[in-house]
Amino acid sequence: MTELRTHAAEIAEQFSDHVDVTEDEVETKLEQLIEEYQVPLDEAKRSVRNSYLEAAGLERDEISQGGSDEVLVNEIDQDEQWVDLRVKLVDLWDPRSDSIAQVGLLGDESGTIKFVAFKTSDLEELDEGKCYELSNVVTDEYQGTYSVKLNRTTTITEIDEEIEVGDNSETVEGALVDVQSGSGLIKRCPEENCTRVLQNGRCAEHGEVDGEFDLRIKAVLDDGHEVQDVIFNREATEELTGIELEEAKQLAKDALDTTVVADEMRADILGRYFTVTGPTLGRYVLANEFEQHDGPADAESVLIKARSI
Amino acid sequence: MSESESESVSREVAQRVFAAEFNDASYTFKESDDDRAPVYLLLPTGQRANRVFFVGTLTETEDVGEDNEYWRGRIVDPTGTFFVYAGQYQPDAASTLRELEPPAYVAVVGKPRTYETDDGEINVSVRPESITEVDAATRDQWVVETADRTLDRIDDFDEAGNEYARMATEQYGDDVSQYTDTVIQGLESLESDSTDELDGDAAGDGGTVSDADADSDDVADAADPSPQA
Repeated sequence: MTELRTHAAEIAEQFSDHVDVTEDEVETKLEQLIEEYQVPLDEAKRSVRNSYLEAAGLERDEISQGGSDEVLVNEIDQDEQWVDLRVKLVDLWDPRSDSIAQVGLLGDESGTIKFVAFKTSDLEELDEGKCYELSNVVTDEYQGTYSVKLNRTTTITEIDEEIEVGDNSETVEGALVDVQSGSGLIKRCPEENCTRVLQNGRCAEHGEVDGEFDLRIKAVLDDGHEVQDVIFNREATEELTGIELEEAKQLAKDALDTTVVADEMRADILGRYFTVTGPTLGRYVLANEFEQHDGPADAESVLIKARSI
Repeated sequence: MSESESESVSREVAQRVFAAEFNDASYTFKESDDDRAPVYLLLPTGQRANRVFFVGTLTETEDVGEDNEYWRGRIVDPTGTFFVYAGQYQPDAASTLRELEPPAYVAVVGKPRTYETDDGEINVSVRPESITEVDAATRDQWVVETADRTLDRIDDFDEAGNEYARMATEQYGDDVSQYTDTVIQGLESLESDSTDELDGDAAGDGGTVSDADADSDDVADAADPSPQA
């Protein structure tokens, strides 16, 4: 792509939702202004943008802006924002769709985020383990989890610099005040790459399937100021409750009811205090590490504070 | 945030409040006209409570229902007694109250409920979402945490813009110094705990408090169970 073509693509992308516009058309207009009329590039872009704004009857702030902000991946908390990233390509996954050129995980010191590059964007391939400056990527949100999409206006600059990748980890503590539905002995869809939890034997994607048993706890920690959702996976659930998958299956079998497992677990953990550390996934903290408190931390300092009032 | 929608209906924080302060509260309010809008109990130290979390010693359980089971539990902290009521709509909590043998340490998550007695007094109790048996360490941690949260509220009471403190001043008066004493009372009870603390607590605090609360207790009996259900 020539430089002019990149700018044309960026403008075309901005307006593609609003008016019928092609990169060729934008490029021709830019070329005319720059070469024929000797208009500087910035002014030419501005002029072309304004002509499309007028054609579409839009205000400037209704379209995505060309200049985007550099952010850390962990700071991304809005859908459809145009941002710049300085990241390392941590992991490449196998694309599940023919329209996807590359999919994987990008990371910076704040954590990691999924990225997708589509074939139609015609971008250079990224290499695993290398670091890049990516400008003009768009954020995307699905069920509280954020990702970024590369697009044809994205510029990719490899940088000769090692970026340390953080693990998005957060530590939360509080009393465990609720064990939510979908906890205990659950069944997951056995289809490849589908781990959805079944509702009444049905997967939202694959319909009625013969599910595979798993253990999980979705709980709420509350410290009196705020609440935090946490998830214990099978391993953590077994460690937390001392109830292993086989035992849980037996419990359910004996009772002819899977909910007895969650009830049993509730009795073990509700009302106790925990510290939980792990990566954030949407609104959840995944409990990679956890600890049950064994008493108050510092009664003395609180008493001193009380007496000083 | 795109989560703002879910956050606007997000789960209410469970306030930490000692029984002495909780039982002094009587004023409830809503912040919107919506039928399903949460009802808040106004705490005297200036905070709204739609949910509470407390840990104490269950000293007594009784089925006070007439046609249906309706369980009342007395749960004692170092400063007073919480009353919890659980009936057919709180089956888990009701069965816990049915099965537990007092005295026992329990943790309760629940919603404050108020009702007016025949002579016009407002009594406050808790409708439990869950009751679980816990250990002494958990109870001690709750006492310290609740002391700390209460001091935070007292600290913030005179802050400009603390709307719940202004509301509390209007409803209950502006002297919150007694709740500093409550905090000290709570914390000092930990220092004096003997090894045999469960029995000590149940007999000591439970005894005194039941005297002090005898009136409301009787009234609660008389008024049960309809105002609660």
